[in-house]
Amino acid sequence: MRHGVARFVTGFLALPVGLYLCYVVWPFLQAAGYSLTDWGGYSDRQQFVGLENYLRLFSDELIRKAFWHNVFFLVTVPLFTIALALFLAFLLNVGGREDKAGIRGVFGSSLYKVIFFFPQVLSLVVIAVMWQQIYRADGQGLINGVLMKIGLVNPEDPITFVYDPEPFLGVPAVLWWLLLIAVWSGAGFYMVLFSAAMQSIPKEIYEAALLDGAGRFHTFFRLTLPLLRDTVSVAWVYLGFIALDMFALVYIMTPSQGGPNHASEIFASVINFNAFQKGQFGYACAIAVALAIFTILLAALQLRITRRERIEY
Amino acid sequence: MSATPELDRRTLLRRAAAAGLLVTPAAGLLSACAGSTPSQNNDNAGEKSNDNPFGVPESGAVKVVIFNGGLGDKWAQEDKAIFNAKHPNVTVNMSSTQKIKTEEQPKMATTPSDVVMNSGADIMDISTLVNEGAIEPLDDLLAAPAWEGGGTVADTLLPGTVADGTYQGKFYVVNIAYTVWGNWYNAALFSKEGWTPPKTFEEFFALAPKIKAKGMAPYVYDAVHGYYPRWALMATIWKSAGKQAVIDIDNLKENAWRAEGVLPALEQWEKLVKDKLVLPGRLDHTQSQQAWLDGKAAFIQVGTWLKNEMAETIPPGFEMKISDYWGLGATDKAPNDVYAGAGEGIVVPSKAPNKAAAKEFLRAVLSKAGSAKFAELTKSLASTAGSGDNVQDSALASANELMKNAPKDLVSVKYWNFYADLDKESQNLSQELMAGRLTAAQFIDKMQAAADKVAKDSSIKKQTRDA
Repeated sequence: MRHGVARFVTGFLALPVGLYLCYVVWPFLQAAGYSLTDWGGYSDRQQFVGLENYLRLFSDELIRKAFWHNVFFLVTVPLFTIALALFLAFLLNVGGREDKAGIRGVFGSSLYKVIFFFPQVLSLVVIAVMWQQIYRADGQGLINGVLMKIGLVNPEDPITFVYDPEPFLGVPAVLWWLLLIAVWSGAGFYMVLFSAAMQSIPKEIYEAALLDGAGRFHTFFRLTLPLLRDTVSVAWVYLGFIALDMFALVYIMTPSQGGPNHASEIFASVINFNAFQKGQFGYACAIAVALAIFTILLAALQLRITRRERIEY
Repeated sequence: MSATPELDRRTLLRRAAAAGLLVTPAAGLLSACAGSTPSQNNDNAGEKSNDNPFGVPESGAVKVVIFNGGLGDKWAQEDKAIFNAKHPNVTVNMSSTQKIKTEEQPKMATTPSDVVMNSGADIMDISTLVNEGAIEPLDDLLAAPAWEGGGTVADTLLPGTVADGTYQGKFYVVNIAYTVWGNWYNAALFSKEGWTPPKTFEEFFALAPKIKAKGMAPYVYDAVHGYYPRWALMATIWKSAGKQAVIDIDNLKENAWRAEGVLPALEQWEKLVKDKLVLPGRLDHTQSQQAWLDGKAAFIQVGTWLKNEMAETIPPGFEMKISDYWGLGATDKAPNDVYAGAGEGIVVPSKAPNKAAAKEFLRAVLSKAGSAKFAELTKSLASTAGSGDNVQDSALASANELMKNAPKDLVSVKYWNFYADLDKESQNLSQELMAGRLTAAQFIDKMQAAADKVAKDSSIKKQTRDA
């Protein structure tokens, strides 16, 4: 590279890189530093305790619970969101009748696209507050109210949604109700992502398949899905991050921020409790650092497993 | 304590974003604390005198942060005027918020506000503040002369106020609102139906079928915040098992939860749930209070901030009155002790730049004029004596009445202020008991286990109470 160009590039990059180092990398390093201390979060008093906080992680019952709840989301959030998004994207792009104009989506697909994408426009907090009203656990809740009117729910015994820790398929009901919101709010974005990817698949490939007599089922599983492999894989990683977070929904919607009785405790809620209620910032940082390492490993693993040769159209 | 967890969208968003950063991976908030250097205090400028006991310099500014919850923040403006009448050249920068911890905690280690009202759902954990030396002992405030003269500040306070603000032998927290807890009912309805508010669970269980016959649920409570039902459970335990039993519980004494009288107290609540005397559903504080105002339930248990919190939606003809928590009857060790105490704590951070003015401001808050305005504006008693004498209000009058007949001992429970773990656990378990998923005996086993765990945990600093 010529000398002048190097200076030009450096000049451009110095500010963003500087900001990134100052506001992203440095706090990360600080958190790692705090995780080796017993800092309480309210003073400048702190003592170095080595790896004690990390050793404590392994005997913490709450962490164990939070871990399994996060694993539940890690499996279900990507699975259901991607499945739903793929289904919607397929219907909207190639699910309709074929006619002289070739392959198209179902009738009114552009309208549906807007409707399905809509939750993405709302902030997660707004979504949580809205669903609080939908899930309200008496006759004034949207779901309870309707079901009571048509006699499916006994007014003396309303559905309690996020206040229900009873296991369904071995997982507390509250987690399933939160999952429903996560999938509902996430599917629209991935539908658009998959739609874009599907539109970049040449129509001739579909037409060739149709000529060979492939039905919708085969078109989807033999053609669309394999050609979307890269996009789905990236979506899976993103959704994995979301599943490891889930903080906003748990914090706003569940009783005691992780309740009832720890039934919806996740890493983020345990970090929040230790840092901001219990005054053990050092320990909270240790949990966060452990979670960060776990997240990075998971993402690396995921991308590695799904790596394959690319098809060029 | 008057939690107002309605969502302020911006704050929550910021909070969620910050927590998101914490999680992956862990640091956003910490940047606020980066490279903190202790700020320099220079608050010794003014001349000390009886009229100015802390030597407030007649210049500069004092930053006051008020919790804008159930009690609102109008009363604080009155205190500002009272303060400025004496110190016209000191600027009072007053702001109010519901997110005390979110906004104030990041500043505690560097440049905090001078006066912080630490209250509401988003509260800074008080024992952590004390243990970390983050807040200033205020014993000199107690010893200072009262604003209007006639004795010290301590002399003007209602019983329990000093004890409620004392941690590890020092007075740290000025609790300004005197709260009385109990079972609220609509006196107009009760006299129309010829019902008498029960004193014991037995009387309540006898009255309940009559209430149900009118199409009302006998009882409703906030099922979202575990600390609401917990007040009622602990009041029953205190009445049934006596003061010493609760002191033992607070001090983590072995088998304290298994003391005589605790189990029968909790069994009353188990029965109340099992007999389906609670309004169906899971409502939060304002939803349950509204349901009660709408006549869907006869009794609700909550503190005296209720009237102010619901002021806008009280139907005409509704006569709000408070009655004491129910006891068990003849076997009770402390049947008449009332659950009352000073709440809504104000603290002065150790690193506050203008501590003298901060203490002087608190002296103004505790003045006769300030307290009277507080009672008038909030319909709650202030923690200074005689604040409610001139206020005409049925809710306040019934609370006053209850306090007049109360013995010297007040129901007070400390363990949830002492230990964050026990706080969370007891909230969770109270909700489980009230949801009918735990029996009284199981509740006791689990609380005892949680207490034992805290007692054994060496990373948790222990605290004790004597009285």
